Amino acid sequence: MNDPNGPHDPSADSPAAAPEEPLVRVEDLQIGFGDTTVLDGFDVAIDSGTFVGLVGPNGAGKTTLLRALNGTLSPTSGTVRVADESVPDLSSKAASRLVATVPQDTTVAFEFDARAVVEMGRNPHRSRFGGWTADDTAAVERALDRTDAQRFADRPVTTLSGGERQRVLLARALAQETPLLLLDEPTASLDINHQVRTLELVRELVSQNKTAIAAIHDLNLAAHYCDELLLLSNGRVAAHGPPESVLTETALEAAFDANAVVSQHPVTGSVYVTALPDGDRVTESEPSADADERSGHVHVVGGGGTAARHLYVLDAAGFDVSAGALNEGDTDTEAARNLALDVVTVDPFAGVGPEARAAVERRVEAADCVVVADVEVGTGNLPNLRAATAADRVVLVEDRPFAERNYVGAEAERVYETLRDRARVVDPADVPRAVAAALSGGDASRFGVDSDDDSASRVQPESTRVAEELPPDDVES
Amino acid sequence: MTLRTRTIGWSIALTVALAGVVVVSAGIGPVSISPVTVAKILLSADPFPFGFAAADTSRIIVLDVRLPRIVLAAFVGFALATAGVVMQGFFRNPMADPSIVGVSSGAAVGAVATIVLPFAFPFGLELQGAAFVSAVLTAFGVYLIATRDGHTPTATLLLAGVAVQTFLGAMISLLLIHSGQSLRRVVYWLMGHLGGTTWDDVLVIAVILPPLFVLLLLYARDLNVLLLGEEDAHALGIEVERTKRLLLAASSVVTAAAVAVTGVIGFVGLIVPHAMRLIVGPDHRILLPTSALAGASFLVATDTLARSGATEVPVGIVTAALGAPFFLYLLRSREVTRL
Repeated sequence: MNDPNGPHDPSADSPAAAPEEPLVRVEDLQIGFGDTTVLDGFDVAIDSGTFVGLVGPNGAGKTTLLRALNGTLSPTSGTVRVADESVPDLSSKAASRLVATVPQDTTVAFEFDARAVVEMGRNPHRSRFGGWTADDTAAVERALDRTDAQRFADRPVTTLSGGERQRVLLARALAQETPLLLLDEPTASLDINHQVRTLELVRELVSQNKTAIAAIHDLNLAAHYCDELLLLSNGRVAAHGPPESVLTETALEAAFDANAVVSQHPVTGSVYVTALPDGDRVTESEPSADADERSGHVHVVGGGGTAARHLYVLDAAGFDVSAGALNEGDTDTEAARNLALDVVTVDPFAGVGPEARAAVERRVEAADCVVVADVEVGTGNLPNLRAATAADRVVLVEDRPFAERNYVGAEAERVYETLRDRARVVDPADVPRAVAAALSGGDASRFGVDSDDDSASRVQPESTRVAEELPPDDVES
Repeated sequence: MTLRTRTIGWSIALTVALAGVVVVSAGIGPVSISPVTVAKILLSADPFPFGFAAADTSRIIVLDVRLPRIVLAAFVGFALATAGVVMQGFFRNPMADPSIVGVSSGAAVGAVATIVLPFAFPFGLELQGAAFVSAVLTAFGVYLIATRDGHTPTATLLLAGVAVQTFLGAMISLLLIHSGQSLRRVVYWLMGHLGGTTWDDVLVIAVILPPLFVLLLLYARDLNVLLLGEEDAHALGIEVERTKRLLLAASSVVTAAAVAVTGVIGFVGLIVPHAMRLIVGPDHRILLPTSALAGASFLVATDTLARSGATEVPVGIVTAALGAPFFLYLLRSREVTRL
């Protein structure tokens, strides 16, 4: 797996890998099945040595583009060139020396040994009468080594796990020794560990002169591993470029017809997309009946990542959100900054001093509602809680009992009880509804009248993931 | 051990086994002849240089009476097993057999029509010729029905084959009703038989089979890749549609050459490839030659059984009677997850 010229930066490739002409050039490509046009006037150029993630909603034409690139589909019109050869005009043998494909479906019905499957990758290089050469053996062994598939190379593929089978098919594609590697949803049926390992491997191959194009469903994995993203929408290129330029909230909304928040992942630093439930959507073209109930100022007290999700959701729901006081460097602070919210901060590991407390009190007073997240309370951030007691309306998020996160003692207990007496106590998922209900003074059902149960359950997987991936910082010291 | 050495080793072993089966079979019959005598007679016959002494009656029984039938059985078994391997790989379906695209039904209609219909076919077509022509035409027709825009999806081909077989089955039944005096002959043909074979019967298949078998051997690697699915095969440099056409045509002609002479002999093309796949694995480079040789031995052996009872029974009954239980055993002992 180690290669002397294998740094993770594709621009550091050997000179031979950087011809002026792009490796892949697609111009005005049109492909249709019967009456439906799947790709409609598609243009894209991809340079050698890049890892391109193909993203877009289902039916946007990702697989169709891959099939056009490997010559399985003939275009209705337009050109598909790889390494300056017109793919539709090549024999499948010639095309398979330029383009290797790792299919999405990895099942193999017959009991070939894994090695035999990888050996089939040499088919493009063999003539009908030609024998098996030392070159072929070397290529197969290299491919098995690279994909770490040597261990199970002599077992029947039918006995391998999904992750192992995929490595076998990746090895088969590597044995083809093509400049271009296509992967159709390489991570679709894999657990998170194998997803990451697969993409790490592709990343590494790309750093060693391959060019890879992969259809990837998970935007965040794509953003993290790919050099460029190609966002497809309705058979056209909606955006193409570095992940941070492609994954914008506007572009995602247009392509996926979904509300999403784009931020920076606190750990990896990659662009990070969080999908929000429809219930929290604000569309200008379609003002909802309860729009006035969603306007209002909400102040959020949190820390250690407990509030990040509420900040996203409340901001997306159209509330005017402020937060604090929070330590600099806290994940909640990052979240608030990413959303360009009004946030009161103190130095890292410092307590909330008189000045910060005054700032918080001003915001609490101005707020129509205060949300107190499921935060751990120490002497440092107890002033936040005290300030919150002055609020008109309080929504208290309780995931763990307060006793488990109280590091102060009876004094904090007292403050919390005061707060709890007049608060709406809710689960993390119910915050937007509770806030809306608090603001309208009515019952919870008035928020998002027809879809709220639905939306509350839909928010769960996405946001839970965010919450899990935010490391618990320590607000007190 | 490389695939090549395994293939050569298995092929030699199976060829020796076939020779053994042939020698033993040639000795079995109303007049029993010892294997040693049979071997001497065979080695003194035309292509061989030896001149062993043997009684003229034994010589005539072996060379003119029993050997044509045995050689035909060997060729037909070889052909059916070959076509079975190719069809199972082609359809990626372990249940496929040589007649899946209607070749056998087509042959049967041609044969039954020449027996039953009161007029002679044009171009002087006799029973075997008519069976062969209608077999090939049927396969071609099924192919045309299943093909659209140059693509022949295997699922469509399979279903078209089933439909056409059903239709031809109805035609055969209709002809049977009107067969009158020749009913017995028709039924006997339909059951699959090797009785009354002369060297002339062997000639056609002996000419057609070898070149087509070599051709199919050259496509063994393509067949392997096709097993991964057509899209994968294309991505690995196989001209899928062209290869499919060639495989289908070659195996249909091979099957037609066999069933035109002997009638429908079931199960050889289904179970021999299965059994060999269990033993040597799915790689067609070894599966194809070993199945073909095993198929030859199998049919010679079963035909010997068929003719050595008190009354001779059509060999199709023996292969089916032995084959069906064996196949059921395979079904029970191995997980069959795909159709």
